[in-house]
Amino acid sequence: MVGPFAWFKWEALLKDGNVFIEGFGITALVAVLALGVALALGVIFGMLGASHWKFAKRASRCYVEFIQNTPLVIQVFFLYNGLPKIGIVLPVLWVGVIGVGVYHGAYIAEVIRAGIQAIPKGQREAALSQGFNYWEAMRYIILPQAQRIVFPPLTNQAVFLIKNTSVMAMVAGGDLMYRADSWSSGNIYYGPAYVVTGLLYFILCFPLAQLARHLERRAEVSA
Amino acid sequence: MIKLEGVHKHFGHLQVLKEIDLQVATGEKLVVIGPSGSGKSTLIRCINLLEKPSYGRVIVDGVEITAHKAPVHKVRQSIGMVFQQFNLYPHKTVLENLTLAPTLIRKVSREEAESTGMRYLERVGLKEKAGAYPSQLSGGQQQRVAIARALNMHPKIMLFDEPTSALDPEMIKEVLDVMIDLAHEGITMVVVTHEMSFAKEVGDRVIFMDEGVILEDGPPEHFFNNPTQERTKAFLSRILR
Repeated sequence: MVGPFAWFKWEALLKDGNVFIEGFGITALVAVLALGVALALGVIFGMLGASHWKFAKRASRCYVEFIQNTPLVIQVFFLYNGLPKIGIVLPVLWVGVIGVGVYHGAYIAEVIRAGIQAIPKGQREAALSQGFNYWEAMRYIILPQAQRIVFPPLTNQAVFLIKNTSVMAMVAGGDLMYRADSWSSGNIYYGPAYVVTGLLYFILCFPLAQLARHLERRAEVSA
Repeated sequence: MIKLEGVHKHFGHLQVLKEIDLQVATGEKLVVIGPSGSGKSTLIRCINLLEKPSYGRVIVDGVEITAHKAPVHKVRQSIGMVFQQFNLYPHKTVLENLTLAPTLIRKVSREEAESTGMRYLERVGLKEKAGAYPSQLSGGQQQRVAIARALNMHPKIMLFDEPTSALDPEMIKEVLDVMIDLAHEGITMVVVTHEMSFAKEVGDRVIFMDEGVILEDGPPEHFFNNPTQERTKAFLSRILR
């Protein structure tokens, strides 16, 4: 009887280590690019959501509700299988970047909106009374204060985002999760494959989670 | 200097200001008195358009700021405002609070904004607090910084919206003293307050508001000694003992 973690299976994994390292690289790359997309969307829609223009608020609401209330997997399937039907074929890397980026952009928009709305309205009034316009008041008075509130939950979002890039495994994305799946389905050495994969995700996420805790403590001290 | 013509303001069904006509001359010190909910804060906030009148016109220094596409931000630069809750920028030091708007909005050089800022801080007695953060100051000190911050924009008009209402009694005087000192200059002042001594001492004119209308309008002696309206008498009998 051969156990799931038999030594020769680890040896096989070490021999094919490159497969996992490449996957790790793609996961890291997709995470960084998706985080860029998510932050850009999150800041824009978060500010629109906190603004006083009805249309902007509604647009932000639609985006957030639509994305938050449908599964990421379906959104990624749409990008991968749906868009080619209307002639848009995205490289699979970009399916991951856009899918995960748009998904987390909605969550980040909510984090940013809440952060802006947590700043007392007297701050905006003081800025306006001095002659700042809306955007200047945002830039110099509101956002620097909201930043402190927003950073810890934002860092948590980055952790979720990294883990959610594993959705790419479902569309042959070449990422870490996909490599682990395909490598181990070939030789059925699932045990070592998933343990190592889990550890590699942990290496990416743990420092960020620590950073979130640190930022949270600092925000509490200065509040 | 300031002119309100037929200004109405309602929030939903609630009529807060009803057909207000008011003129404030250059250099005049106008004190606005009234019970809470009388519309006096809304009135003063209409002068710099923090509150947009439902209808009616507001003209400041010859510019109709209620007009479509009026240069509101420009006009606000010459109207300083002091709030009940101070509203200092907590992420900036005291001196930065004073220099932020002048350097960014008025495009004054940093050196100049800092040197005039220090002069105003000295005037309100807080020069040594220039490097402190607002949270390190008492309420009275914060409000004096807020006055200095407004002054560092070199405004033609100063609006005070209940500047001493959030202060502990022992701190009220230090803020009033700064305001009295300021009143001896030519600056136009509109002050919403419950401080009757201030109204008597520095007011050129007192208006009394109740339920969104101006009931009395005249020099302080008239207001305190010969009020015409029953509601004014009732109000005065409640607050003056």
